Amino acid sequence: MLLNALLVAVRAIRRNLLRSFLTILGIVIGVSAVIVMVTLGNGATKAVGDQISSLGSNLILVRPGQRMEPGRDSAGAKSFELSDADALRGQLTSLRAVAPVASRVARAVYGSETWSTNVAGTTNDYFTAGGWSLAAGRTFSDAEALSGRAVCVLGETVRKKLFGGTIPIGSEIRLKGFGCEVIGLLAAKGQGAMGMDQDDTVVMPIRTVQRRITGSTAVGSFVVSVREASAVARAKDDITALLRERRHIDEGEDDDFMVLDTKQIANTLSGTISLMTGLLGAVAAVSLLVGGIGIMNIMLVSVTERTREIGTRLAIGALEREVLLQFLIEAVVLSSFGGVVGIVLATAASWALAGLLGLPFSVDVTITAVAFLFSAAIGVLFGLVPARRAARLDPIEALRRE
Amino acid sequence: MSPPLVVLERLRKTYGSGSAAVEALRGVDLTVEEGEFVAVMGPSGSGKSTAMNILGCLDTPSGGDYIFRGVRVSSLSRDERALLRRRYLGFVFQGFNLLARTSALENVELPLLYRGETRAAREMRARAALDAVGLSGRETHTPSELSGGQQQRVAIARAVVTAPAVLLADEPTGNLDTKTSHEIMELLTSLNRDRGITVVMVTHDANVAAWARRTVRFVDGLVESDVRKEAACS
Ligand SMILES: Nc1ncnc2c1ncn2[C@@H]1O[C@H](COP(=O)(O)OP(=O)(O)OP(=O)(O)O)[C@@H](O)[C@H]1O
Ligand SMILES: [Mg+2]
Repeated sequence: MLLNALLVAVRAIRRNLLRSFLTILGIVIGVSAVIVMVTLGNGATKAVGDQISSLGSNLILVRPGQRMEPGRDSAGAKSFELSDADALRGQLTSLRAVAPVASRVARAVYGSETWSTNVAGTTNDYFTAGGWSLAAGRTFSDAEALSGRAVCVLGETVRKKLFGGTIPIGSEIRLKGFGCEVIGLLAAKGQGAMGMDQDDTVVMPIRTVQRRITGSTAVGSFVVSVREASAVARAKDDITALLRERRHIDEGEDDDFMVLDTKQIANTLSGTISLMTGLLGAVAAVSLLVGGIGIMNIMLVSVTERTREIGTRLAIGALEREVLLQFLIEAVVLSSFGGVVGIVLATAASWALAGLLGLPFSVDVTITAVAFLFSAAIGVLFGLVPARRAARLDPIEALRRE
Repeated sequence: MSPPLVVLERLRKTYGSGSAAVEALRGVDLTVEEGEFVAVMGPSGSGKSTAMNILGCLDTPSGGDYIFRGVRVSSLSRDERALLRRRYLGFVFQGFNLLARTSALENVELPLLYRGETRAAREMRARAALDAVGLSGRETHTPSELSGGQQQRVAIARAVVTAPAVLLADEPTGNLDTKTSHEIMELLTSLNRDRGITVVMVTHDANVAAWARRTVRFVDGLVESDVRKEAACS
């Protein structure tokens, strides 16, 4: 009986190729949308986490303002001063490097080439803390740092964009209208999370950036490196205490700055991305729903024809359960076929997209299963319910339906 | 002596209820013996189709009895009635009711499939049935690729492929021209004569009814007359 029902079901599928195709399509769309979105979102979250923890566990970031969350930033909070960096370095011996950073996006020009990039004004401590090494040339001399001379160290991407194949040490690029001598080249770090290019940067003495680019003595943040990883917690407390004192924050008042270690940075950034993943998930859920409605539609549209078919089968001597079994098999075959195609397509697409975006690729089994089961359930439900109703009728009733 | 093939006793059928109720059959008594060829005639709305559907176990009566080869059909379950249709009854509809986009062969195979016949047996019998209705060579055609008469032949092939005890045909020639009707009637006659299949057939056409050896007239939900051809009996 099962074998016969299978044969009948397969014939019914073949007989209604368009309807079968559309049903499968609905399931494929639903399943693959969900899987692609969630896989990419998870990949992005993981990538950010990986990258930040790869910075090492003894890195600390100090920013003005409170809380780094979506929708809130440091705008309005009192910024830092260069003297804060001196104080941190002078008074806290557990710190290996304290780099004040003031950055802006600016256009770099060399000859006929232009390239918009991030210009970071800082000190030589920046290279230590960020784990940068030089591919050529040198870092800033004390005199250059102190007087704010127009010298710069180029990231690999900027060098490639402006100079192509040549080594540009000693050349002069123009930034915001002033000339700037290239004294060094950073060794390439490669692509970071979500296609963020770490090598797309120009590093200059902070006084130069303050005087010529930002036009203020404000320091945007500190990048701090602690000598011992085990001393990070202690160092954070020390930094907080010292900065509170220097910024005249009374006891009982909240900090107006943040001291974040890499784990916290990773967590807050992942939080932002989780939110995005959630959003993508919502979009995907809508696709799933649309796919489901599509399946529903196709199934319901064909109810009349199928009701007559059921009437014919009953009239010929089919048992109610044989007809139901046929429809169940039909729905299950279509749904699982669609589901499998959707999973395969989605996995291939997310793999390709993940490669393109530089994200790690991992399959989320739960989401895959949920998407598959949801679509399959819709397919089976809407395939089976009308069939059940029709199969319960007297054959003549089913045949009379218009 | 074996019981008659079909006995209807005071058979009633009411559609709807209350003031909207329609009494389609109001106490029909009819007996059909094995091997008969019966034409059912009567004005439109007299209950011919209603009676045929009940005979075919496609519909259930509201009152009275339907006894098939000694078995009270109203005492059977849904599944048992389905099995009765499967084993003993063949039904031909005025509107054919073939499965769309399905080849003639597969349409004819369908009842055999439900009877659990092997693939080889199915194909052999379906081909033979199509051959018997003069459609060999059209096995792969779908209903939309066949003429009305050819579709009705497929429907007849489907009804008789299981070698049923009785073939019930509700206006089998209702949608067909005179020449095609003639061919279908020759087919039904030969099935009745050569294979011993009892045939009960509804028709409005006296020429078509003339092929039968017995004519039952329905009027207003009752059997008005029941005439046997003397010549055929002798
Ligand atoms: N499904 C139904 N619901 C309600 N009334 C019905 C239904 N089917 C038939 N009837 C009524 O029952 C009566 C008998 O109908 P039936 O179809 O048996 O007539 P008929 O003799 O086959 O007529 P025709 O020659 O036109 O086919 C008619 O009055 C018809 O209106
Ligand atoms: Mg009728």
